[in-house]
Amino acid sequence: MAEFFTTTGTGIALLILGQILLIVVPLLVALAFLMYADRKIWAAVQMRRGPNVVGFYGLLQSFADFGKYILKEIVVPAGADRAVFFLAPMISLVMALVAWAVIPFNDGWVLSDINVAILFVFAVSSLEVYGVIMGGWASNSKYPFLGSLRSAAQMISYEVSLGLIIIGVIISTGSMNFSGIVNAQDGNLGLLNWYWLPHFPMMILFFISALAETNRPPFDLPEAESELVAGYQVEYSSTPFLLFMIGELVAVVLMCALISLLFLGGWLSPIPGLPDGIFWMIAKIGLVFFFFSMIKAITPRYRYDQLMRLGWKVFLPFSLVWVVFVAFAAKFDWFWGAFARWSTGS
Amino acid sequence: MSVFAFYLFSISAILGGFFTVTARQPVHSVLWLILAFLSSAGLFVLLGAEFVAMLLVIVYVGAVAVLFLFVVMMLDVDFAELKAEMAKYMPLALLIGLIILMQFVMAFGAWEANEAAETMRTQVMPVDKHNTQALGLILYDQYFLLFQLAGLILLVAMIGAIVLTLRHRQDVKRQNVLAQMYRDPAKAMELRDVKPGQGL
Repeated sequence: MAEFFTTTGTGIALLILGQILLIVVPLLVALAFLMYADRKIWAAVQMRRGPNVVGFYGLLQSFADFGKYILKEIVVPAGADRAVFFLAPMISLVMALVAWAVIPFNDGWVLSDINVAILFVFAVSSLEVYGVIMGGWASNSKYPFLGSLRSAAQMISYEVSLGLIIIGVIISTGSMNFSGIVNAQDGNLGLLNWYWLPHFPMMILFFISALAETNRPPFDLPEAESELVAGYQVEYSSTPFLLFMIGELVAVVLMCALISLLFLGGWLSPIPGLPDGIFWMIAKIGLVFFFFSMIKAITPRYRYDQLMRLGWKVFLPFSLVWVVFVAFAAKFDWFWGAFARWSTGS
Repeated sequence: MSVFAFYLFSISAILGGFFTVTARQPVHSVLWLILAFLSSAGLFVLLGAEFVAMLLVIVYVGAVAVLFLFVVMMLDVDFAELKAEMAKYMPLALLIGLIILMQFVMAFGAWEANEAAETMRTQVMPVDKHNTQALGLILYDQYFLLFQLAGLILLVAMIGAIVLTLRHRQDVKRQNVLAQMYRDPAKAMELRDVKPGQGL
């Protein structure tokens, strides 16, 4: 039986399909509860109750929303480019899901263990911008178009600093594979071995850039309700809108996973002696997501020119200088080799 | 399996290129171009050049094609009119294409590869190193100066583009961000007692 799945073509295809389902289904179910958690945290900060009607304490709210979204009518605006109009939300969701193929959840628990995993995630997340641009353009309407232009410019700008921050981590590790990066953070000191300590400023920058990249508040200008109605999603209704929303949230969780892998040691346990495992990974993703929703609750929205200035005039030079600094620190073993795990670790 | 993938990617690359040229709507044209880029990235992966494939996606699809799309979406060009004008120059274009094709055929017909180059071509991938590592070693060790020179040329092009488009206009109001941030209520506001019946 085991040979069937490792040798024959159909067997391998079935095995991979099973692995994909094993990642996607728990991810989507977790997403429903993360969305609920997001709203509950937001409500708690504002001293409201949040969703509390459907199911115990409103636990099933996301599923009720899901049912509502798919039962509504799909409205296509007149003069819209139908093919592109429906392609856009699909791209948005599929690109967000595809990146999970290279994310490891535990040592060796990864669908596709490729050498350039981190570049793959970066490439796929740079494709996500097409969902936004195509959606805005195909709607054949002014507000979505302006919203999509804003959003695309924002996503491209912050991708630059994300890339530079990632380069710093790659230099420290000497590997572009996530398992390599996490294993390089292993050591006797538990959480003091992780990259958040030597790369601390970059972790903060990565977190803020991730907020901008995924269009989360305080950088949610694409859907700034007060000026743009709802940005590129204005003309979308029903299931296509749902796809956009799920795609956005999957991208957020992906960013949480990236932060936990790059800076917080992935599945490694924070206290030496405790066993490593997938529960640490899930706990770290949850922790970073908590900060994402707290930021949503406590910060006011940025103005567009402030956003661009922050991206190009603050983050870009700072992360560029940091790359040079890390390169020197790794080469000459400054700070007791904290920046050069490739020479000491795995 | 990889043969199947190869034909899939090559067919979609060719189709993408074909529809890029023939699409009536310029935005569709760019989208087909993106398909062609993505399929060629797939072909690179099949060759074992995964680093180049990822760079192709990041640079061409993620940045260059987005700019194309921006420009094409915002331009309001009547492409039917342009196409009609293009038909006038069709014979000339065909002639140039034919000449270039003949030159390629002649050049490759008389092509004889050096033996050392031939052995390098049959062994593209170094066995003991990762793709990225091998590329880095070649670029930064063997061809270091050429690589730096290429960067310098790009820098010159960038500075040129900035100089050409940068204009300091005096007649528009500009924001001075530092001045805005250093304002404080003590300097920005003045409280006056206004007597009734009198202005300031």
